[in-house]
Amino acid sequence: MKVVGQGQIRVDAYGKVTGEAKYTADLEPKDILHGKVVHSTIANGLVKRFDLEKALKVPGVVKILTCFDVPDCQYPTAGHPWSTELKHQDICDRKILNQRVRLYGDDIAAVIAETEVAATQAASLIQVEYEEYEPIVTVEAAMKEGATPLHPDIRRDNVIVHSHLTMGRPDFTFEQGLQEAKEQYGEENIVVLEDTYYTPRISHCHIELPVSWAYVDVNGKVTVTSSTQIPHIVRRCVAQALGIDIGKVRIIKPYIGGGFGNKQDVLYEPLNAFMTMAVGGRPVRLEISREETIYGTRTRHAIEGRTKGIVARDGRLLARKLDAYANNGAYASHGHAICANCGNVYKGLYRDELGTEVDCSTVYTSSPTAGAMRAYGIPQAVWFTECQADDMAAAIDMDPLEFRLKNGVQGDYVDPSNGIAFHSYGLEECIRRGREYIGWDEKRKLYANQTGPVRRGVGMAMFIYKSGVYPISLETASARMVLNQDGSIQLFMGATEIGQGADTVFTQMAAETTGISFDRIYIVSTQDTDTTPFDTGAYASRQTYVSGMACKACGEELRRRILEYAAYMLNHDVTDISKTVYAEQVKKAAADVREVLGLQEGEEITEDMLDLVDNQVVVHGGNPILFDVAVVAEVAFYSLDRSVHITAEVTHQCKSNTFASGCCFVDVEVDMPLGLVTVKDIINVHDSGTLINPETAKGQVHGGMSMSLGFGLSEEMLVDEKTGRVLNDNLLDYKIPTAMDVPDLKVEFVVKHDPTGPFGNKALGEPPAIPVAPAIRNAILHATGVHMNTAPMTAQRLIEKFKEQGLI
Amino acid sequence: MFDISSFYEAKSVKDAIDALVRDPNAQIISGGTDVLIRVREGKDAGRSLVSIHNIRELKGVSLLENGDIRIGAGTAFTHITNDPLIQKYIPMLGEAVDTVGGPQIRNMGTIGGNICNGATSADSASTMWTLEAELVLEGPEGERKVPIHEFYTGPGRTVRDRCEVCKYFIIHKEADEGWYGQYIKYGKRKAMEIATLGCAVRVKLTEDKKRVADVRLGYGVAGPTPLRCRKAEELLKGCEVNDREAVSRFAKTALTEVNPRTSWRASKEFRLQLIEELAKRGFVAAVERAGGVIHA
Repeated sequence: MKVVGQGQIRVDAYGKVTGEAKYTADLEPKDILHGKVVHSTIANGLVKRFDLEKALKVPGVVKILTCFDVPDCQYPTAGHPWSTELKHQDICDRKILNQRVRLYGDDIAAVIAETEVAATQAASLIQVEYEEYEPIVTVEAAMKEGATPLHPDIRRDNVIVHSHLTMGRPDFTFEQGLQEAKEQYGEENIVVLEDTYYTPRISHCHIELPVSWAYVDVNGKVTVTSSTQIPHIVRRCVAQALGIDIGKVRIIKPYIGGGFGNKQDVLYEPLNAFMTMAVGGRPVRLEISREETIYGTRTRHAIEGRTKGIVARDGRLLARKLDAYANNGAYASHGHAICANCGNVYKGLYRDELGTEVDCSTVYTSSPTAGAMRAYGIPQAVWFTECQADDMAAAIDMDPLEFRLKNGVQGDYVDPSNGIAFHSYGLEECIRRGREYIGWDEKRKLYANQTGPVRRGVGMAMFIYKSGVYPISLETASARMVLNQDGSIQLFMGATEIGQGADTVFTQMAAETTGISFDRIYIVSTQDTDTTPFDTGAYASRQTYVSGMACKACGEELRRRILEYAAYMLNHDVTDISKTVYAEQVKKAAADVREVLGLQEGEEITEDMLDLVDNQVVVHGGNPILFDVAVVAEVAFYSLDRSVHITAEVTHQCKSNTFASGCCFVDVEVDMPLGLVTVKDIINVHDSGTLINPETAKGQVHGGMSMSLGFGLSEEMLVDEKTGRVLNDNLLDYKIPTAMDVPDLKVEFVVKHDPTGPFGNKALGEPPAIPVAPAIRNAILHATGVHMNTAPMTAQRLIEKFKEQGLI
Repeated sequence: MFDISSFYEAKSVKDAIDALVRDPNAQIISGGTDVLIRVREGKDAGRSLVSIHNIRELKGVSLLENGDIRIGAGTAFTHITNDPLIQKYIPMLGEAVDTVGGPQIRNMGTIGGNICNGATSADSASTMWTLEAELVLEGPEGERKVPIHEFYTGPGRTVRDRCEVCKYFIIHKEADEGWYGQYIKYGKRKAMEIATLGCAVRVKLTEDKKRVADVRLGYGVAGPTPLRCRKAEELLKGCEVNDREAVSRFAKTALTEVNPRTSWRASKEFRLQLIEELAKRGFVAAVERAGGVIHA
């Protein structure tokens, strides 16, 4: 491979560095109206009535819409492909504005005004009368006998879905396992552990806020330009929310400033569409503030993981159990998919000799809605497994790395729930590399038996992660390539650039497969559902794998069509004027081909005799070089004889999947009296198959590591249990790490060609965000002997623990 | 766009005072790093703003004839940190204000705003307490001087009248000559942060650098306003710098003089732990700066 595998400079680097790249808010027309959402100030209840009198008097207010005005359509918001099977369809549990309030900050009305200030003033003057119910903020409260169901039309109680999974026998239970373990090994030879681990609600903290603007075009089509990861899905959901035909909706997605899964949900596009329709189609802009984004869009699920484990004193892992309770908040969003994903990786990451039992519950509560976030339930799964693994190793006084090598997932693993397997396996090699880099063996010894207030420790964590969602859900993607007169191409991908570098790797793939050079490929970064081929969008670490397959197939088809036309040119005399400027060149080329291949008179030159290499049409094998692809393009465009606009469009349905994997190793210093954890050295090692672009791959890993660092040490949304209100809904009080908090991040890759990937590649986008937090947790355990079971491990939590254990 | 009813750019302190007197809805804006946030949050929405941002007489640091240092209230944090007089005489203050927010905030935010905002968490405040700074305010009734420990009346409240402009701060020569100090900002991250606790320690050592001639201990967020721990200070005076027991007593005594509260941001117990630990660490750092040697 010539272009794939190279560290090409991002195709959007110049525009993004200079600020010339246009994002949603840069594109809005003049004289646009401004929207402002009115949020409930109770967490659970019913809107009885509004008093709009004062608000309507604010100069500049054009219209106020309330929950009593919206279409009577319940719609889903998850960025999943739709299913034509009823039972696989996403849950339709909200309206554009809701009368039934289910979180503090629910969307109950919206103001449209000439200016942002007028809209804000009016929003603050709207009086609301509620019927109030008790807020149900925690899973415990929501599952309590007699708790008010938040969605009685959909579920009898607040449990959205409960699922049960096993490894080993299908009917395996932990209790049976315990019985067997006692019988087979003897009670004195086993250790039974029971621990509960907690993960926090996390906010995605994409820098560009959810923003959109909408208008109705002259043909009555409602057009929304939005910062989204999933334009085609947004289109479908807007249609569902408004109760109109999909063809009447057009979504445009320009450059976006991050999404991390929050924009893998339909957020405010339906409301924005409804707003413009309510003012005769005038453009309306709707920008959601940071505060609204934190409390009112989506979060990563807080999951409580109650675990049990049985380990033999000789180091064999016998059985585990997980009871996972995911706080899904007010609306279903992605529903049970995330908690189920969490349960799947919990069961698969270790090989329990007797079996594994997993129960997962996803629960409605009257609090911020949880949805997709980078790595989709797996940061939680790996927090549980990797805390538990170290705790089990500690209980039998075994090196946790040896424990993993002995009991961890291996290359022959096949997930019995869905058949997903490793088609390339590099986890063990990743662990070997991490072990070496951090100096594991020496440091485990060196840091043993420390005294004093400041101590060092090393820890690790590992993970597996699938590539895309097949066979759990549909995987389909499309690409289109259009040849220009100069031999360059436009590349249209249904898949979306969201800052991760998708445009660059697709351009590399197109160059690799067409033979047209990287600099002659113009990727159309904007997706416009009126013109862009269908793809479900950026999520599930799927695009390089799934959409890459479409890109590859499309590139091959375009190359074939170019060569087909080249063969036509070589076989035909130059009679029409468009060919005359190239007449001599083509005639000579034809003679060369005939001579090299020893063709008889009358024998046709066929496309399979030719190839396209570095923009040149050549005889298959490389010699001789015949002419530039631009010659083919120009002739094809303007031939009076046979005019063809050479294009290709391919839809590829992906029916494969493969596990990526990796690990993090970290060396920390713990200053106990101040509760300070300093990362002294850290490495992520990833098994993601062939890297399309090693430089942008590294960037992906850096970003993910810093996210996991925040998850481990500082980030959590605090929700007041009495009111359901988010206390820290701003970036001062919500502690995302700053550049000053992130240490130097070391990244390595174990590159093993994966035969199922279009170029030997597999998932990388999300995995880096998984292992850092538990690795730090385990390093703190090594340094201090303290088991931190709740993330994030804030200074206050650490100090409480250190005091409890008499360390300070 | 901000919801303000008017904006007046004052040409001088007098002009600003007149504008404030004219409009009872008016308030001062200087760097805007606190005021505009309050406007955006709706707390001060609809107010009139009188800007003292471009008044030259409020800016800069100067050395007075008597050796006192005068710091203009409108001096931005970045300018304080980079000022040669501050670096020479009170580097601790320059370092303290260099912990505020991020570079953009430090370019805009002023020391006058930091103090007049009345926040217990202000990064300059605990240092200013240990410097025994004096504020010079001017209002319709004329000029007055207020020692910093008489300035605060409660969380977010001070003795400054709405129509008074804080013009400058005086740091007396006696407060910096022979003194060395260290400010420790304890936050949950290393930048873009408001202190969970701020601790300022200044020491003056005996000539042989073995003993504490004098010491000052100031805190932010250890109570509703910034504060000094005078009992703790008294205890340590005259002690050897390596007298661990004395230092430990000093830190323990500080606990009796503070009044932190539990909030969702941090528990009282957590803050007390920091108060005690940071007193010790601040003292060690200050002694080392003063040329003393602390035995590990």
